[in-house]
Amino acid sequence: MPENSERPEELLRRADELTPKERMAIPRQPMPERPAEERRRDQSEVPLGFDELHAVIEACRCLECKSKPCVQGCPVGVDIPAFIRLIRQGDFEGAIAKIRECNCLPAVTGRVCPQEEQCQLHCTLAKARKDPEQAVSIGRLERFVADWERGRERPTPETKPSPTGKRVAIVGSGPAGLSAAGDLVRMGHEVTVFEAFHKFGGVLVYGIPEFRLPKEIVDDEVGRLVELGVRFEANVVVGQTVTIDELLEEEGFDAVFLGTGAGLPLFLGVPGEELIGVYSANEYLTRANLMRAYEFPKVDTPIVRAGRVAVVGGGNVAMDAARTALRLGAQEVTLVYRRSRTEMPARAEEIHHAEEEGVQFLLLANPVAILGDETGRVRALRCVRMELGEPDASGRRRPVAVPGSEFDLPAELVIVAIGNGPNPLATSTTPDLKTDSRGRIVVDPATGKTSKRGVFAGGDVVLGAATVILAMGEGRKAARAIDRFLATGEW
Amino acid sequence: MNAVRNRRQLADNIVQLEVEAPRIARRRKPGQFVIVRVRDGGERIPLTIADADASVGTITLVVQVVGKTTGLLAELDVGEAIADVAGPLGRPTHIENVGTVAAVAGGIGVAPLFPIAQALKEAGNRVLGVLGARSASLVVWEDRLRSVSDRFIVTTDDGSYGRPGRVTEALSDLLMEEKVGQVVAIGPPIMMKAVAELTRPLGIPTLVSLNPIMVDGTGMCGGCRGLVGGQNRFVCVDGPEFDGHQVDFDNMMARLSAYREYEAVSLQAAAAHRFGEEGCRLAEEARRAREQ
Repeated sequence: MPENSERPEELLRRADELTPKERMAIPRQPMPERPAEERRRDQSEVPLGFDELHAVIEACRCLECKSKPCVQGCPVGVDIPAFIRLIRQGDFEGAIAKIRECNCLPAVTGRVCPQEEQCQLHCTLAKARKDPEQAVSIGRLERFVADWERGRERPTPETKPSPTGKRVAIVGSGPAGLSAAGDLVRMGHEVTVFEAFHKFGGVLVYGIPEFRLPKEIVDDEVGRLVELGVRFEANVVVGQTVTIDELLEEEGFDAVFLGTGAGLPLFLGVPGEELIGVYSANEYLTRANLMRAYEFPKVDTPIVRAGRVAVVGGGNVAMDAARTALRLGAQEVTLVYRRSRTEMPARAEEIHHAEEEGVQFLLLANPVAILGDETGRVRALRCVRMELGEPDASGRRRPVAVPGSEFDLPAELVIVAIGNGPNPLATSTTPDLKTDSRGRIVVDPATGKTSKRGVFAGGDVVLGAATVILAMGEGRKAARAIDRFLATGEW
Repeated sequence: MNAVRNRRQLADNIVQLEVEAPRIARRRKPGQFVIVRVRDGGERIPLTIADADASVGTITLVVQVVGKTTGLLAELDVGEAIADVAGPLGRPTHIENVGTVAAVAGGIGVAPLFPIAQALKEAGNRVLGVLGARSASLVVWEDRLRSVSDRFIVTTDDGSYGRPGRVTEALSDLLMEEKVGQVVAIGPPIMMKAVAELTRPLGIPTLVSLNPIMVDGTGMCGGCRGLVGGQNRFVCVDGPEFDGHQVDFDNMMARLSAYREYEAVSLQAAAAHRFGEEGCRLAEEARRAREQ
């Protein structure tokens, strides 16, 4: 297909009249990124976002097809063609309002959603051009209007709905909880969000690094919810400070939503994990992000800085940890993954960014022990070579150790990023709340209802470690079911 | 924010703070702790809840100055506030009547030990209290522990007060004189290790309370993990109390030193900020003195 060589200004003048053929011929607009050399030692964001010109041209690429397959690919059901059309028409305010109907964290999802596996995977343009890379950049457009909105003075708050007199407690201020809170407050319910940490945002503030999601964006979204009337209470560890039963029976809440996330780090179970210099990715990222240890000693929380760092795992969290280690001054960062590159669960973009910045990949290798020196500090990670055998239950080829292939990877810091289970604090003090063998809360998938009357759950505590947007979708779904329960009293 | 309602200097570098925390005051049980963050930019550290008054909504914390954060806590005046207090965390102590219990405290370990000893007493146990410190000026909460003890011994390493010597020597004598069903020991790791070694051959169940480095205190980071019976356990959610005969104290002590050089940097930076170069020099001297 010949690429459209029309000058951007002319293209824009005719934006409303472009034929589908002309739209299809517009090349995908590049989004500028900071060069790897410049960004790999600081905490500022990597992609810089579209400017208005590129955003509108990118919006012109949308074919506005009737079937809207992209919407089906969106866990929260954003009317994607509608907001893209508004961008094309230059109505950015209308565009962001359209997104906000379904998504209360657009600046967040515009950055961290795996669009290539969701909305963009289904894009008609990509199918027509027979190239998934040629999908409309829905995520970048979402990010563009969300950032545009943040750069302006906050518009007057939405008109408040008439109060229902019902009170809902949200446990956990991560994506599931914030999403549920936003919907419920708009339905007129009185909403209080309880957070165990001192800062709100859950994984968005403790897990995802500043260079991928600036924390001011999360603060801004929380601020919007406060303006809508949501109450936020920090330092409340539900299950310890107050139990779910007490929230319902003594504190006068009519319903509870549990969005406590997947906050229980898995370790390797190999000898040496007790050594100094072995972190779970949760601890490493929490120190770096939530506690801002990269500013130490200006702030008080330290983090081990090492020249050679080994990160175990192949997901997005492993990439975040590896790239954070570079930014904390590591000379060599090696990511150790037991399968091959094709099986890596991380997003292609994250793998690409990590490689660009200099993270080394040691594939088909699995740790068998962590070795220490006489002071109890890590000196190396002992690995064994792996080869891929028959596909396992996940459909990926199962890695098998090659006998006698052990070798030592020198490292002063080892970060274990092999996943998280649900945190059991809230559930363990609520005996009538059913969980499965892996500690996940059992719910009715359509409503998020748990085994306990008045208690709903969603996000990673139900799904196991998943994505921000899936958690948000769960929060919205539960909000609708909670609204119905509060109106009818039927369980 | 959690306002300081009351402050008492117990010794040169030990203060007692009564802090507003109504939810925690109502719920806490012996053995539990809180995570505090003194101010924005501060670190999160665990402190045991030494006492609480649910009627006025306060908890009591006993703080010994060992680093920057404990230093900031000790400087708080009445009316000032701690930015964040989260809790009560950890599992409460399992309290039962075993007949006779020895409650052994080292230094400010008496603060977490006192509510446990009190609960053991209330459960009908005969309580043998032992309180040890390096010297007379560091003996705190003697009256409290004595008040719940049927027999009570205070020891100082330098002999400046009470019985000269270490708590293990006093405990050893008690174990010969009385049939003790359980020992609870809280203090510096080296002291808990010594107590565990003393009771191991005698087969007396010995509970210790660990105080490792923590971040969240809710099982989320695993930073507080320690080897217990050869397994990695999270002190914040599986503990903080464990069978002292199963705890790998050497590993625990090594892990407590993980950030030693960073702590020195932090103290120096704080001193430089407040007192200029002279402060730096003093902080460095203090660090050397501590290491010796």
